[in-house]
Amino acid sequence: MKTTQTKTKVLTANRLTDGISVWLGASGEWTTSLKDAFLARHEDAVAAIEAAGQTALADNRVVDVNVIEIEETESGPRPYRLRERIRADGPTIDYAPASAARVSQAA
Amino acid sequence: MYRYDEFDHAFVEARVNQFSDQVARRLSGEISEDAFKPLRLMNGVYLQLHAYMLRVAIPYGTLNSRQMRKLAHIARTYDRGYGHFTTRQNIQYNWPALSDMPAILKELAEVEMHAIQTSGNCIRNVTADHFAGAAADEIADPRPYAEILRQWSSVHPEFSFLPRKFKIAVTGSERDRAAIQVHDIGLQLKKNDQGELGFAVWIGGGQGRTPILAKKIRDFLPEADLLSYTTAIMRVYNLHGRRDNKYKARIKILVHETGVEQLSAEIEAEWAHLKDGELKLPGADIAAINAYFAPPALAPRAEGWGELAAWKKSDPGFAEWVGRNVAPHRHPDYAMVTISLKPIGGIPGDASADQMDAVARLAEEFAHDEIRVTHEQNLVLPHVALADLEPLYRALLTDGLATANAGLITDIIACPGLDYCALANARSIPVAQEISNRFGDPKRQAEIGDLKIKISGCINACGHHHVGHIGILGVEKKGAELYQISLGGSGDEHASIGQITGRGFEPGELTDAIETIVDTYLANRTGAAETFIECYRRIGAGPFKAALYNSESEAA
Ligand code: HEM
Ligand code: SF4
Repeated sequence: MKTTQTKTKVLTANRLTDGISVWLGASGEWTTSLKDAFLARHEDAVAAIEAAGQTALADNRVVDVNVIEIEETESGPRPYRLRERIRADGPTIDYAPASAARVSQAA
Repeated sequence: MYRYDEFDHAFVEARVNQFSDQVARRLSGEISEDAFKPLRLMNGVYLQLHAYMLRVAIPYGTLNSRQMRKLAHIARTYDRGYGHFTTRQNIQYNWPALSDMPAILKELAEVEMHAIQTSGNCIRNVTADHFAGAAADEIADPRPYAEILRQWSSVHPEFSFLPRKFKIAVTGSERDRAAIQVHDIGLQLKKNDQGELGFAVWIGGGQGRTPILAKKIRDFLPEADLLSYTTAIMRVYNLHGRRDNKYKARIKILVHETGVEQLSAEIEAEWAHLKDGELKLPGADIAAINAYFAPPALAPRAEGWGELAAWKKSDPGFAEWVGRNVAPHRHPDYAMVTISLKPIGGIPGDASADQMDAVARLAEEFAHDEIRVTHEQNLVLPHVALADLEPLYRALLTDGLATANAGLITDIIACPGLDYCALANARSIPVAQEISNRFGDPKRQAEIGDLKIKISGCINACGHHHVGHIGILGVEKKGAELYQISLGGSGDEHASIGQITGRGFEPGELTDAIETIVDTYLANRTGAAETFIECYRRIGAGPFKAALYNSESEAA
């Protein structure tokens, strides 16, 4: 099937239980790393991730579901909007000296 | 300080149970996000960029050490080891899980705290002068009145679905440390010629996308009429406030569109029905609430005078800290201490769990167990004997809490901005950090003197930029961050809204622009006694604009 080329898109949301930012991965799971996101390069693929987002929303797995545009770079997908880059990389500031402990504990 | 009675305990507990049930049903999928969102907001739970956020009310900014320890414990157990004190005298946690909210709220209730009415179109947490009950210049403690308003407004059925959020601030002295003129209702305690206590009443102030200063509608309202008159204001607003457009829904727009004469006539007419009814506050009730706020018994500690002078002589760092962060108490042997949450290059308003614990410990040891949160995102120990200042200072030094910059250029207010906030256009915190680093040298700061910089990451103005002597507003232009500068704002008793200088600045240019503004002030002031805001008011925006933009137009 032939579909039109568009800007590459990924599907993002926040996990219902803890609100952590997640992206839809290739096998339909939600990942906490944008690097592992499924890249939708064609309209059909975009329609598919949009549908997956609606299903996940209805299943109460995630909230605030959005399709965002990214640029494919050598180091991985990079969102066009700063907002989405910060969502992917975390706050741009060294925000909590104690955070490392808590994160490794949670992992 | 105020202690919950049985009713308060039962009320907060019932709310915790109710919300715990709602969270459980949400997590099990029984209720949808659309149904849940207003419920979580009623309990202070927002969704930010990276996680949920919980906003905990600190009524009139007053805490004891037990409560502060609980805030530290929550930061450590359910968050990433820190919290953010805000311009609304609240604390926000940036990383709590939804599934932990019931446990957090339960723990808060144990120390008489909650997150009710920290969001939504209701009467929000009432704020007050952070020096309440201690300041030398105070007419009366504003907190009992803030507490009366809190009790009356909590889940008030008539005022739970207002056209928009509603913020009330109360101050107890001529000097306005609560920014009452940028609140929906501002109350200033005062005495009339007969020596009776009452309020000057202001309405219709606000920031956000349409900053407007409040208008005074009453020069003296007897204290007994506080609730009846406030009810009259709320009724008129609830009836006429615009519900068709969220950007025009605040009372400031109603005041602006209706005119203050007509609106206050309507309020007076409404009040005529109410003033002698059940809302009139009996003197005994006022006295009972006031008793909760009775100042601690402060024993004479006159030895502090001599000691203080000697310590200042021997330690210039201590002397500098006393000069900036210590203010006169109404008891001559005591002082009010500002604990700066603005370390040079740090994140304004953030405190680690360890720092919160340290402050709790020091409040117990040196400050009669009282702590305040200021709208300038600092903490205060309101009752410290002069004789204890030196050991307190040493202890604060160890915990990185002795920055001597209260009121100086590095004592910056900054909202969370695009590092956390889902509504942001640009980052605020890194901007504050860069300015703080640039001007961090103590000599340079001292030379510049009193100067308030306030930063918001979008036009909602949570960082009070409209009333900053220098205000910075982050906007998004072509996908990049851009910062507008405004000058001449002020949030005190001589309130004014800042004026935008001209085109905005890119992140890399901004700190230089701030430096240009500061240099222009230094070059134009009549002397060190003329502060930035006084100088600006005398010479106007012209010289500052010229310094910022002239070379540009010449080059063009
Ligand atoms: C989740 C984060 C936040 C959200 C969604 C949020 C939302 C808003 C919105 C929409 C407004 C504009 C209201 C209006 O113009 O009618 C506003 C104003 C304001 N907010 Fe926030 N805010 C957030 C964080 C904060 C923080 C961290 C503070 C304290 C540092 C704060 C304090 C204020 C203040 C002081 C105002 C302006 C006063 C006024 O209401 O006119 N907010 N906020
Ligand atoms: S001013 Fe804007 S960016 Fe800053 S906290 Fe408020 S809503 Fe967020």
